[in-house]
Amino acid sequence: MDNFILLIVTILKIILIIVPLLIAVAYLTLAERKVIGSMQARVGPNRVGWRGLAQPFADLFKLLTKEVIVPSSSSRFLFLIAPVLSLAPAFAAWAVVPFSDGLVLADVNAGLLYVLAMTSLGVYGVIIAGWASNSKYAFLGAMRSAAQIVAYEIAMGFALIGVLMMSGSLNLSDIVRAQSGGIGHWFLLPLFPLAVVYFISGVAETNRAPFDVAEGESEIVAGFHVDYSGMAFAVFFLAEYANMIMIAALTAIMFLGGWLSPIDGFGDGFHWFLIKTSLMLFFFLWFRATFPRYRYDQIMRLGWKVFIPVTIVWIAVVGFAIYFNVGPWFQIRSI
Amino acid sequence: MTFQLFVFYVLAAILVFAAGRVITVRNPVYAALFLVLAFFTSAGIWMLLEAEFLSITLVLVYVGAVMVLFLFVVMMLDLNIAPLREGFMQYLPVGILVGLIMVIEMIFLITQRYFKADNYPIPPPSDAGYSNTEALGLLLYSEYLYQFEIAAVILLVAIVAAIALTMRKRPETRYQKPAEQINVKKEDRLRVVSMNSEKD
Repeated sequence: MDNFILLIVTILKIILIIVPLLIAVAYLTLAERKVIGSMQARVGPNRVGWRGLAQPFADLFKLLTKEVIVPSSSSRFLFLIAPVLSLAPAFAAWAVVPFSDGLVLADVNAGLLYVLAMTSLGVYGVIIAGWASNSKYAFLGAMRSAAQIVAYEIAMGFALIGVLMMSGSLNLSDIVRAQSGGIGHWFLLPLFPLAVVYFISGVAETNRAPFDVAEGESEIVAGFHVDYSGMAFAVFFLAEYANMIMIAALTAIMFLGGWLSPIDGFGDGFHWFLIKTSLMLFFFLWFRATFPRYRYDQIMRLGWKVFIPVTIVWIAVVGFAIYFNVGPWFQIRSI
Repeated sequence: MTFQLFVFYVLAAILVFAAGRVITVRNPVYAALFLVLAFFTSAGIWMLLEAEFLSITLVLVYVGAVMVLFLFVVMMLDLNIAPLREGFMQYLPVGILVGLIMVIEMIFLITQRYFKADNYPIPPPSDAGYSNTEALGLLLYSEYLYQFEIAAVILLVAIVAAIALTMRKRPETRYQKPAEQINVKKEDRLRVVSMNSEKD
């Protein structure tokens, strides 16, 4: 009976995370169009609802009523399961994200590893979609995406090793607590190169502009989801935006002190987490409006030859700083 | 039957099914995907054993990286299955023999004195504060530091060897050299010619 109640409570908690997340995804699409619109001196969507606020739902209903076409020579099962495979890890990773002190679904000790594992699983949706479509464009997109994600995942993991050394814990809540003491104690300052590498690798992992060669509509039409239509396409879209919010939230947790207020002890709470995540999301949109798409070989060069050496050097720097107890940031934390 | 036992049986059933399909399914891409499923479910079983570090690392390394590259290669191969299956009957007796020997070896191992299930009682569940990752890290970086470092060096050598073996310089390939591009000056590229305007 106890188990049963636990199950119900957990499912309710999951719904409490997923539903606001879906709404956030819906309004992120609107925010993207509005932000890019104003950056390009346009208005953006403003017809549906008050100032275009109902636009995401109009888009959703349009996609829902469209037909899902399965190409005749595709492998049907994989074709239909690929969007699900790309969405599931994007949601599963939220299980360990601490929204505020103690406000977390699963307070596991290996949270950081879990997040890394889940974000690395998202690539399967893309690869399977590309292969199952049985189309050259989709396949090229999938290949590009696979190589890119494998490359940037290493830089991402190395960047997080710095966080791990500073906080002495893999638990995301403990990582935030290790940054308490005002804005000067956030990991952004001592780990600045790693924070930059992490965020840019995150942009690359989510296949967002300027790293969106997997879609590359000017050369390979729409890449891996060229054959998808209707709701199946919408699920890919959903996964991409959920992943964006995930990366923004993780950057806020690892480097910007999560739920902590910039002034020590002054109104810590969920709202700070929200503000920081929104700020990082704004960077995503800003990037898209500003930078042209990278060429494929330049992406590979940036990942392997720039980011990985930078992270390795900075891990060594952090190691020495902790060993010699360089104040005010570096100290050996008890485990 | 406790809940954990139920979960174990479900995962074990999926694992055995997936492992079987890896070698029976015809399409190599499907086989690789079944292998992914097998890794994922065995990670679940390890999680039941409270080995969360190994479990997550299995997903992270094998599912997240190794199998992605594997799929990458398998999808690129344009395999024609028919010629591969031609010698099937010819190799079948050898295959059965090898399989049989392995099964007999495993039976000996599992039913003998040292590896009997009775010798391995169910470990008591550790308390909530126990961190498998920390325990593993402490052991690896104190007691087994030498072995750990030697393994790391061997892996590094393997990486270098793999790259050295497969790298080939082709003179006709043209590379972009970003350092030279950045250091270029106006004088290198641009020649200003002063000349009189031409009139006819």
